[in-house]
Amino acid sequence: MNRRARMRICGSYGALTAALLFLLAANIFCGSVKLTPGEILSQLFEGGERDMVWSIVWLIRLPRLLGAALLGGALAVSGFLLQTFFANPIAGPFVLGISSGAKLSVSLVMLVLWRRGIFFGSGGMILAAFLGAMVSMGFILLISARVKRMSVLVLCGVMIGYICSAVTDFLVAFADDANIANLHNWSLGSFSGMSWEGLRAAFLVVLPALLFSFFLSKPIGAYQLGEPYARSMGVNTGRLRAELVILSSILSACVTAFAGPVSFAGIAVPHLVKRMLKTAQPIYVLPACALGGAGFCLFCDLAARTLLAPTELSISSVTAVFGAPVVIFMMLRQGRNEGV
Amino acid sequence: MCEAFVYTDRMTVGYHGRPVVKEAEIAIRRGEILTLIGPNGAGKSTLLKSMAGQLTLLNGGVFLDGKSVSAMQEQELARRAAVVFTDRVHPELMTCFQVAASGRYPYTGRFGRLTKADRRIVEETLWTVGAGELMEQDFMQLSDGQKQRILLARALCQEPEILLLDEPTSYLDIRHKLEILKVLRRLAHEKKLAVVLSLHELELAERISDRVACVRSGRIDRLGSPEEIFSSCYIGELYGLPSKECSHVPFVCPELGRTEGKPEVFVMGGGGFGIPVYRRLQRECVPFAAGILWENDLDYPIARALAVEVVAVPAFEPISEETFLRAKRLMSACRRFVPCHTQFGELNARNRELCEAAKQQGLLDDAFLRSAHLLH
Repeated sequence: MNRRARMRICGSYGALTAALLFLLAANIFCGSVKLTPGEILSQLFEGGERDMVWSIVWLIRLPRLLGAALLGGALAVSGFLLQTFFANPIAGPFVLGISSGAKLSVSLVMLVLWRRGIFFGSGGMILAAFLGAMVSMGFILLISARVKRMSVLVLCGVMIGYICSAVTDFLVAFADDANIANLHNWSLGSFSGMSWEGLRAAFLVVLPALLFSFFLSKPIGAYQLGEPYARSMGVNTGRLRAELVILSSILSACVTAFAGPVSFAGIAVPHLVKRMLKTAQPIYVLPACALGGAGFCLFCDLAARTLLAPTELSISSVTAVFGAPVVIFMMLRQGRNEGV
Repeated sequence: MCEAFVYTDRMTVGYHGRPVVKEAEIAIRRGEILTLIGPNGAGKSTLLKSMAGQLTLLNGGVFLDGKSVSAMQEQELARRAAVVFTDRVHPELMTCFQVAASGRYPYTGRFGRLTKADRRIVEETLWTVGAGELMEQDFMQLSDGQKQRILLARALCQEPEILLLDEPTSYLDIRHKLEILKVLRRLAHEKKLAVVLSLHELELAERISDRVACVRSGRIDRLGSPEEIFSSCYIGELYGLPSKECSHVPFVCPELGRTEGKPEVFVMGGGGFGIPVYRRLQRECVPFAAGILWENDLDYPIARALAVEVVAVPAFEPISEETFLRAKRLMSACRRFVPCHTQFGELNARNRELCEAAKQQGLLDDAFLRSAHLLH
């Protein structure tokens, strides 16, 4: 790698980190109640009293912004892994219906089990979402064994999404009002439900998965030349494929379990990050995806909270506004080059 | 062959338990190039993939330096055998250096960082295949010929002992085909690399190969030196050509088949001058007769493949009265007479006579040659 490429990568990392820090700060201070650094600092040093400022920052904003950052990073990495798996930049957990599967599974848990008074914590929700994600993923894999065209797979993903929504609606018809309200908020997608307890569970799942993905960057790099070449270089491609499927499902399931389905971030962020770094080498792209995804979701969450405050927009609508155009642009470009 | 470096032992290959090629026995020495030829779908690619350890064998084994390939660790195999496939690759945002450097995979550590030594090997390899200037360029921006070189460099960066290439010349123009094969020839010689490749271009296969394996109807039909394989009617048989569509003397020369019918043109060829005329008449679907040729003439095999009737005499024999009269009768039945040359000596004085007889009968057609830009 020459000097210019190295400079570019360092510069991009600097910019991504700076943007992330800025957005973290903005997410603390902005919102329906505007805070200044002075207010918060004075609280820290003077107050032993737990007043409103403390509650807003500590109980609402901090877990929410950390959740958005963590899950945003997870989403972008999940997208990158899927793109590697399908050897196509238009793969992602949302468009392939993997998020929808996770969503259906979580809805089932919410409606059926809660109704009977059975509750279980964040870990259980993640597990339910993971199982749902794996079912959708299995379905997509079955189809991809027959049809290699990405457009068909994306179409199947959309269909899976509709089927899952239909089943969820059907279940809602039999649910209590309180549960419906819960489910409705969650199914639109929002980071508002993050608690410290949930954040800890998410952290315990997402961080190992991210680290594991990073340790796969060498075989992933070889896989970018196609499966036959990867195998000829000594990659155990069967194992790598399984790892890619499971890791991407875990990551996107975790996002869905806490924030509901979040659209397009999994495609748009890796694409933008690769353009920014001007390389697709996973060893550079994977951490940058995590940073970029965190920044992207913080930005979108900030927009969701503040644009029409005090009314909140769903996170998915905001990510769609910023993410979908990127995806459309990519599809056009790909269609021009080789046909999707 | 006891000193074979790589050999297959009753290797049966195929997909999903269905055999494509059965009981193949191939052996290659170091520094040797073996070419697989045969019709489309005969199983050349399947053989190559199986030898590279990409496909599970249905039966038998592949042995590299006396060791079974299936018993080898992935990394060991990757250090000893490298492959160039036919499928196009679409690496995103990768420079040629990076594509070639991915061949260092079996040698680098946990995160695939290249050491100084790795970099030097990659750079040297790129220069070896004649792609040194392309190092910093985006792979996707290259022409097919350049891409193929980079993929060859990638395979060579694995520092293999055996190199397997599936149709490395497809998509390439004639210059790039020759250049890639020249590089292979040189590598086999200098680095004592065993090379197995499949080719569709028979004339190139004949020139590059030390040995040729012919794959047909589910088996290795023949295996031998290019001289053995190419100097008989066998090639036509291998590809299932009607025997008359293949003229073969020292080289293989596929022809598109003759136009049957009553000869309309009599072509007087000789010394190679007849060939373009025969081919032109064939393209225009005009049945024709050819004569009077010697059987060792350059024109003769092609006349045999394309003309309805050929009047010929054995090599170095004078033209007998009988042969001459046969040619004259044949000529008189034609509408036109095309002489392809005007060089007459003692031995072919009869051809001059034939020419003059044609003139008298008003059959002589000089215009044909002129219009076809074939006048020598």
